[in-house]
Amino acid sequence: MTVLVYAEHDNEVLKPETNKLVTAAKAVGDDVTVLVAGQQCEAVAQAAAKLSGINKVILANDAVYGHQLPENIADLVVSLASGYTHIFAAATTTGKNFMPRVAALLDVAQISDIIAVESADTFVRPIYAGNAIATVQSSDSVKVVTVRASAFDAVSDDGNAEIETIDNAIKSEKSRFLNAELTESERPELTAADVIISGGRGMQNGENFALLNGIADKLGAAIGASRAAVDAGFVPNDMQVGQTGKIVAPDLYIAVGISGAIQHLAGMKDSKVIVAINKDEEAPIFQVADYGLVGDLFEVLPQLESSL
Amino acid sequence: MKVLVPVKRAIDYNVKVRVKPDNSGVDLNNVKMAINPFCEIAVEEAIRLKEKGDATEVVVVSIGEKAVQEQIRTGLALGADRGIHIETEAGVSLDSLQVAKLLKKVVEAESPDLVILGKQSIDSDNNQTGQMLAALTGMPQGTFASELKIENGKAVVTREIDGGLQTVELDLPAVVTTDLRLNEPRYASLPNIMKAKRKPIDVQSAGDLGVDLSSKVKFIKVTPPPQRQGGIKVASVEELVDKLKNEAKVIS
Ligand SMILES: Cc1cc2nc3c(=O)[nH]c(=O)nc-3n(C[C@H](O)[C@H](O)[C@H](O)COP(=O)(O)OP(=O)(O)OC[C@H]3O[C@@H](n4cnc5c(N)ncnc54)[C@H](O)[C@@H]3O)c2cc1C
Ligand SMILES: Nc1ncnc2c1ncn2[C@@H]1O[C@H](COP(=O)(O)O)[C@@H](O)[C@H]1O
Repeated sequence: MTVLVYAEHDNEVLKPETNKLVTAAKAVGDDVTVLVAGQQCEAVAQAAAKLSGINKVILANDAVYGHQLPENIADLVVSLASGYTHIFAAATTTGKNFMPRVAALLDVAQISDIIAVESADTFVRPIYAGNAIATVQSSDSVKVVTVRASAFDAVSDDGNAEIETIDNAIKSEKSRFLNAELTESERPELTAADVIISGGRGMQNGENFALLNGIADKLGAAIGASRAAVDAGFVPNDMQVGQTGKIVAPDLYIAVGISGAIQHLAGMKDSKVIVAINKDEEAPIFQVADYGLVGDLFEVLPQLESSL
Repeated sequence: MKVLVPVKRAIDYNVKVRVKPDNSGVDLNNVKMAINPFCEIAVEEAIRLKEKGDATEVVVVSIGEKAVQEQIRTGLALGADRGIHIETEAGVSLDSLQVAKLLKKVVEAESPDLVILGKQSIDSDNNQTGQMLAALTGMPQGTFASELKIENGKAVVTREIDGGLQTVELDLPAVVTTDLRLNEPRYASLPNIMKAKRKPIDVQSAGDLGVDLSSKVKFIKVTPPPQRQGGIKVASVEELVDKLKNEAKVIS
């Protein structure tokens, strides 16, 4: 088995998802190559070379890969695909964007968002917002797989693989990057945080999300949100946790003013410990919460901040 | 400009599914079915393009058993002009790759300038078909769209990505997939539901389109997810903090 793993990064730092992808890849075979595609991303390749137990890093460093445009990235991956039995990428908005193109161009199915590897051809993945867990077996010649990183442990950074630089710029003329508005935050990323505190519609407005800041500071937490809070414009879209937002599994998840719709639960119910703060004692979130506190969040949050 | 909107029939998003006792799949008997929510957003966006004068015709297409005509009718009631039903035999379930290959045939026959799909089906949670269709047809793609504008014969798509928002410009024809915040779909009015009954649906057999419909992915089993142990209610913030520190040991 030979696995090509697509590194998740922002041209500057290698994202921790990649360490988890390597764990998933090593569950199918020992021969793991990591592809770093981006622009001025030598530092990322250096970091990837340290991923424990990998064979080598391929670096495709070119302006055409700077914004991870799926047309370009998919063509690059397809050009490298022969010789690999598996291609793995994280089920992030980057992986979800280009990997189905890779699968289609190779004329194989894609297995989306796996949470476990049973064998080299058999994978486990949630369907129906995590209300059913499917075990699927693929007889395709190449397995194109996206991985739910939160379901796998990370490999350490004590390796020392060689870096092979390739000069292979493939550019689609049909799409162009115009601009990006990225959310700047000093806090940990949602998908990497050990503690998350999320607010829902019960927060009432964007200003009130400041009530979560002090608690997040004290716990080193990331701040998330329900879809209702994002739709209402309280917070930006990249904070949405759920079936169609980010899937997280921190040690501690605190849901504040969130009712617990199945689509929200799909994104957080694998957290180790769940706390729910809600004034409605019948709210479905209490069914998954290890510790539920029935109360008005506007009273509870200041108390919580001062008692930490 | 012609817009093609593929729509999928899926379980209603309010329904809590149950896994069949023999672990062969989920129980869909007597379960409420609906148009996949992301497809409804796609239809709405296409109709808004028509209302703005950017689009001249909106065609909805669905692949599946006869029952998917209900979802085509929903699209027509929302304002689409006509429907295409690619009919599969009862009990056949297709992978996104096969769906994308069938949609490619429809694209070849219809030559749309824009194809708007949902980003994800809420049953399979695949999130693949639009990207696959784009690759197979050589079209550029703008996935997870929260804004779509047609400017100077190009599609300008703002996309919801993990770090925030990204905007790309695509040559037409292009594929766009919808995210939740692209729009809020309207309700179909009773007169429009009546009118939709008279709009044409062209039915074609999937088997006649020259696409290999066999799947290389086999479902070995489907099981319920692990259930969380029911937790407790705490009476105060002090008790909560104490439990988190001393019982769960997740904070210090
Ligand atoms: C296709 C689709 C995809 C979706 N994807 C997602 C997704 O990825 N993520 C997601 O989160 N949702 C998603 N949803 C939406 C989901 O169905 C729910 O609508 C949403 O999660 C509700 O958000 P909420 O809990 O914040 O709001 P509500 O359901 O309105 O709940 C608000 C809660 O706040 C409590 N509250 C109010 N005031 C206070 C107070 N002062 N103190 C304490 N508690 C208070 C209320 O008791 C209530 O329980 C999706 C829906 C669809 C159809
Ligand atoms: N059977 C189908 N018929 C028509 N469109 C479909 C079908 N399956 C998927 N699609 C389209 O592809 C989108 C993404 O689906 P998926 O890749 O299955 O998550 C859906 O929102 C639809 O727009």
